[in-house]
Amino acid sequence: MVDRDEVKRVAKLAMLELKEDQIDKFAAQFNEILEYMEQINELDLSNCEAAFHITELQNVFREDEVKPSMDRDVILKNAPETDGESFKVPKVIER
Amino acid sequence: MLYKKTLHELMDLVKNKKITPKEVYDSVLDRIHKKESEINAYVTVFEEYKENASGGELLGLPIAIKDNMHIDGKPTTCSSKILSNFVAVFDATAVKKLRENGATFIGKTNLDEFAMGSSTETSYYGVTKNPWDTTRVPGGSSGGSAAAVASGEAIAALGSDTGGSIRQPASLCGVVGLKPTYGRVSRFGLVAFASSLDQIGPITRDVRDAAILLSIICGHDPMDSTSANVDCEDFTKYLNQPISGMKVGVYEAALKDCDNVVQKAMDDSIKILESLGCEVKSIELPHAKYAVSDYYIIAPAEASSNLARYDGVKYGFRASNFDDLKDMYIKTRSEGFGDEVKRRIMLGTYVLSSGYYDAYYLKAQKLRYLIKQDFDNIFKDFDCIVSPTTPTEAFKIGEKADKPLQMYLSDIFTIPANLTGIPAISIPNGLGDNGLPLGLQIMADAFREDVIFKVASAFEREFNLRDKLPLD
Repeated sequence: MVDRDEVKRVAKLAMLELKEDQIDKFAAQFNEILEYMEQINELDLSNCEAAFHITELQNVFREDEVKPSMDRDVILKNAPETDGESFKVPKVIER
Repeated sequence: MLYKKTLHELMDLVKNKKITPKEVYDSVLDRIHKKESEINAYVTVFEEYKENASGGELLGLPIAIKDNMHIDGKPTTCSSKILSNFVAVFDATAVKKLRENGATFIGKTNLDEFAMGSSTETSYYGVTKNPWDTTRVPGGSSGGSAAAVASGEAIAALGSDTGGSIRQPASLCGVVGLKPTYGRVSRFGLVAFASSLDQIGPITRDVRDAAILLSIICGHDPMDSTSANVDCEDFTKYLNQPISGMKVGVYEAALKDCDNVVQKAMDDSIKILESLGCEVKSIELPHAKYAVSDYYIIAPAEASSNLARYDGVKYGFRASNFDDLKDMYIKTRSEGFGDEVKRRIMLGTYVLSSGYYDAYYLKAQKLRYLIKQDFDNIFKDFDCIVSPTTPTEAFKIGEKADKPLQMYLSDIFTIPANLTGIPAISIPNGLGDNGLPLGLQIMADAFREDVIFKVASAFEREFNLRDKLPLD
């Protein structure tokens, strides 16, 4: 059962902040969804293999060569704040 | 009325110098100007025709692209506030391949925010309407692409499919939608939602157009390490082939959850397949009924990880009022994402969080393997599996908007193909009580798109909605 505190805990882990009315709504919706998912507990999966990929992927190797990547100004084009060389963020270290 | 024609008809006309690609582009633009206020299929329309002089087989004809794939120099919003100011700095591989083969681009189509939804209602840019009945949803998440193709606002489009996002809207809009085998089309430049499930594919007005586009966009790409090292082929060679003797499995357990009209359309479809000489038999997929549960553990888990990158630092929207760096992340994400995206990120965070991983995520991966085995077993004896694409015809706008579980269940038949990686198409197979289109889903084993094209093309000759599309 997901309660208000659990919703707030998960929001915090996901770096999200919910409005008061959203917390109750999400709790109710999560409970409905998780209750539906309970059906998988009918199955005994203890001896099953897990399928972390399904198309028989193989490791992809390549030579460790230096190749040109995108220009710095192209990369910075979409940044909210830059100094022309780097992404700028609010100060992290207290003086 | 060039916008009413299919891509291959227009290719023939341009090739024979009867028309120019610019005339087609202008015809589609006119249609967009006339219908867009009613349908809202696009996030961005490219008003200016840019000639493609490559001489490729698409001969300058316009394609619409779902707004979660990059076209260099154009906005990619994913229909989210958090990417509302983002401009792509490279072409997605699928887009690049279209460009190299002569395509032009007419616009970026609307979707559920970050492709999370089955109705295109969660878009930051407003809901797309179903052109058959504008009080109803077009399906989703590629609702903009499907509505544009069905209404003549596009000739053909690309969509992306994580749990049915190409096939379900194609079904609800009466057009053709193909999700290729996982790995068939490079995902490079497709904004990631759930990386083990996402796949790009065509939405078109007939099966031939789907085959033409898949033949262009498929193939291995070193930029996507999950793209399969399988040769490209010309899928049009599988069209108009006899399908007599083909073994078709019917996923019958699915039908009991469907509307009567959907069952009736399936009965009719089975008769058509039998009349074409197919051996049609009922099959069982014992674990398929768990697919929605499985999907809504795996897809949100992957989404919660993929969407961690939206932090207001490297690109996209950044909140304007915050106390410090961490508060900036939180405010940016809380203001930038809509409710459904938040719900999925949190659901994913929950199932991956300490103490729940074994109970949900690990179990879901095991179950995914069982579902895969069900399909593998069937494909030992059958060439393909058919089912309805959706359990109902298009629902009303708002009907499921605040009922996430009900919305999730509308993908009950499409999700298994994503979980197992197999290809699946939706083609029209009837009209419901309200005169709305219904879809037949054909699934085949991995990398057996040839079977899908053979069966879909033969079926389409017996039944199609070409003359009924809302193109007038």
